[in-house]
Amino acid sequence: MGRTVRSSARNRELLALVPVALLLTMGFAAVFGQNDDVLSTLSLSYGLYFLAICLAAHIYIRIRLPDADPYLFPLMALLTAFGLVMLYRLDSEFSRELARDQANWFVLGLVLFAVVVQFLRDYTVLERYRYTIAAIGIGLLLAPRLPLIGAQVNGAYLGVKIGPFGFQPAELAKICIVIFLASYLREHREVLVVGAKRVLGLTLPPLKHLGPLLVVWGAAMFMLIFIRDLGSSLMFFAAFLALLYVATGRFSFVVIGMSMFMVGAYFIYSTVGHVADRVDIWLDPYQDPSDTGFQVLQSMFAQADGGLFGEGFAESIVAIPGTDTQLLPAAQTDLIYSLIVSELGLFGGCAIIAIYLLIAARGFKVALMANDGFSKLLATGLTSVFAFQAFVIIGGVTRVIPLTGVTLPLVSYGGSSILANFILLALLLLISDRARREAQGGH
Amino acid sequence: MNAQIIKLFAFITVCFAVLVGFTSYWAVFDADNLKNERVNKRPLFKAQQIKRGTIFAADGTVIARSTPNGRGASIQYVREYPTAGLFGHPIGYSFISQGNSEFESFHNSELVGDDSEFTSIIDELRGKDPVGHNVTTSLDPVAQQTAFDQLAGRPGAVVAIEPSTGKIRAMVSQPPYDPNQVPEDLTALNRDPGGSLLNRATQGQYPPGSTFKLVTAAAALDSGVIDPDTLIDAPASLNIQGSPLANFGGSAFGEINVETALTNSVNTFFAKLGRKVGEDRLYEYMDRFGFNSKPQIDLPTDEVMTSGVFDSSTGELLSPGEGVDISRIAIGQERLLATPIQMAEVAATIANGGKLMKPQIWDQVRDADGRVLDTMNPDEQSNVISEDSAAELTIAMKAVVTEGTGTAAALSGVDVAGKTGTAEVPGRENCDGLPNQAWFVGFAPADDPQIAIAATVECTDGQGGTVAAPIAAAVMQTLIGE
Repeated sequence: MGRTVRSSARNRELLALVPVALLLTMGFAAVFGQNDDVLSTLSLSYGLYFLAICLAAHIYIRIRLPDADPYLFPLMALLTAFGLVMLYRLDSEFSRELARDQANWFVLGLVLFAVVVQFLRDYTVLERYRYTIAAIGIGLLLAPRLPLIGAQVNGAYLGVKIGPFGFQPAELAKICIVIFLASYLREHREVLVVGAKRVLGLTLPPLKHLGPLLVVWGAAMFMLIFIRDLGSSLMFFAAFLALLYVATGRFSFVVIGMSMFMVGAYFIYSTVGHVADRVDIWLDPYQDPSDTGFQVLQSMFAQADGGLFGEGFAESIVAIPGTDTQLLPAAQTDLIYSLIVSELGLFGGCAIIAIYLLIAARGFKVALMANDGFSKLLATGLTSVFAFQAFVIIGGVTRVIPLTGVTLPLVSYGGSSILANFILLALLLLISDRARREAQGGH
Repeated sequence: MNAQIIKLFAFITVCFAVLVGFTSYWAVFDADNLKNERVNKRPLFKAQQIKRGTIFAADGTVIARSTPNGRGASIQYVREYPTAGLFGHPIGYSFISQGNSEFESFHNSELVGDDSEFTSIIDELRGKDPVGHNVTTSLDPVAQQTAFDQLAGRPGAVVAIEPSTGKIRAMVSQPPYDPNQVPEDLTALNRDPGGSLLNRATQGQYPPGSTFKLVTAAAALDSGVIDPDTLIDAPASLNIQGSPLANFGGSAFGEINVETALTNSVNTFFAKLGRKVGEDRLYEYMDRFGFNSKPQIDLPTDEVMTSGVFDSSTGELLSPGEGVDISRIAIGQERLLATPIQMAEVAATIANGGKLMKPQIWDQVRDADGRVLDTMNPDEQSNVISEDSAAELTIAMKAVVTEGTGTAAALSGVDVAGKTGTAEVPGRENCDGLPNQAWFVGFAPADDPQIAIAATVECTDGQGGTVAAPIAAAVMQTLIGE
């Protein structure tokens, strides 16, 4: 019985990988045909190459995590494939090899995935090192402000640079912080609930255990001011509130946290120029259309060209014709969603959002099936931070919220994002594998 | 915790639904507004990547063409006008940052090749780059050059129309501008005190003076208020609404008919005639000739002006009963203003037996492979007066040229019909004390009209017969000679 369930899950995963490889092949063929007017077998070989790598990963999962969720890996591979096609389309425009770099990161990401799965079979050991992990996470967040290796981009300190290698530590830090929060809340969630008092109709957590809440709130505010990373701060805080809510079941805690964030954010908005600028541009991008409002306006204009079905691969204007000046800035990173909507239309955009929603659904399914508190909270936290990251950047380029620089997970160009998200996948699959095995085996 | 996880998932689903909502708003619902946003350069860049069609003169002379810069995906086309300022009006210009004007603007969709969705999908499947269609005009480069030379830099305009079809054969406005200079100099051109960007042929509103007597005479003859033999006493001067209205030169003519009155441009005759016709009837005929609404020419409506009686302070059109002085309107004065295209339409109507044809510059649209996609079909705009009335007016207009004020418009071997006009515009700015607006409208040959014309010169101390008639004669000569 167990064996049949197991193999059918893995077979579903294998089957789901076929359309992924097909999409990649067809996407590459379309872009290639558009740019070179000749269809070559090159694009076909890309698809085969991609399928081979995915197959290797699949076989590894079959051996190591036979009971893991069958859809998470194909869905994430699908996002990567989507990103690769868009980057391949940008290659000819920028005379760069973004797609090849990204493919290499993908391979490296899968290697890292395998390493995590291999050495973290019992992921509960993470609980023991939660303060170390939290320290690493905060250290990573601070790294961009360190002399020599820190790098400032668009007024935010998002990356570190060591020699030729750039790295965005916030991507890895998000996993560290989620591990810490899941572990801390697993231990303290009861006391947070039991010790709660009602004051003025609001249920307040006991002061003694309010500490971590304040620490995380402080960290988010700190990031806003010190690292100037509005996007990551938003995404961290949202994931934190999500975890707090799931752990305690107290919606009032979320309300309190939210209002504290609002108060802090308003204070920072009125004192820190960088944050105020971002918000003002969001409210009225037309006030300075060629400078500060340029990015969000170009994002909207690019989407307007897309319509329902888009202009087609490689048909949207990215660089001003005859020049190298980008009309759609950061098209390979922050604004890649705008490019997708421009070329594949509202349907393309909805497809991307649907994939993120499906990943969220599978991630929460893992959390639902997990038997212990830490697994539940970890899966919830990882899934939330992933989904909120997608929301923060898509919301930014569609003007739902102020535009901030976080990557669109697995689609945007960038190694750190790929590596971090495959570690995230490894953890989710580890939790899922254990949960399903326990469910079937009846431990 | 499971209940909370499910609620959290519901919350994230709502968040994502908001993203879908906003994406739909930008990509679909608000897309047209965003595309029209002034700071959005994407539509312009896209237009630049389409090879805009060529504009030809009637004889195949290239008026405007697009030449490529760069290759492949970054190709961009730039508009070029090989004849410089010769067709600056009415063709206009088309540049990415300055936009389109005049003919280039009106015929933009043909020039960029906007076809039905079906055709362009087929083209896309065939891998064809979008290409605009070529548009041939009825403009004659020789006539255009003649009008250009004859105006000789004096501010003014010439419009020549083929009466039976409404085809515009020549349209010149001076001072000229070179559309090739627009990308560099548009701001300077806009500030040019001479107003070189203004197409005076369609936007110049001038008092028509005695040329308007044709409209008064047409209304009177066609409505039966008079016949060609009706005699009206024409004294040297009349007192109209408290101020004197005199004949040019101060002569009294006694009892004369409409032919003599037109030949000698007798003001007192037409002032009386105007009262006989009456405001309502004169307005009715003005409307039929095309006054009080924009000429139906293929130019953008905001680049074409209406002719009529205007309130001098508000700029609004005045209707009968709004205090207009019908006696002075009848002789083309008061607050009456007319554009050269409108006066050319008056001449063309009489030349075409009383039927006004819609004036059109374009003649044919062909695709890049030379297939004819569309041809201009002459279209009657209105039946203004009867053929008999038109014939009666023609006889009088012939006399104007053979023995009256318009002798300078005479051509050897061809009968010309016409009417001069000299409107005095004292105190007009930028005229250095030269107060006259000189006019000639007419057509030739008188018995088989091939061309109707209006020529006008601003700021002159000469008369219509001495200043405008020779210009009209030269242009008509060119067009008949062919």
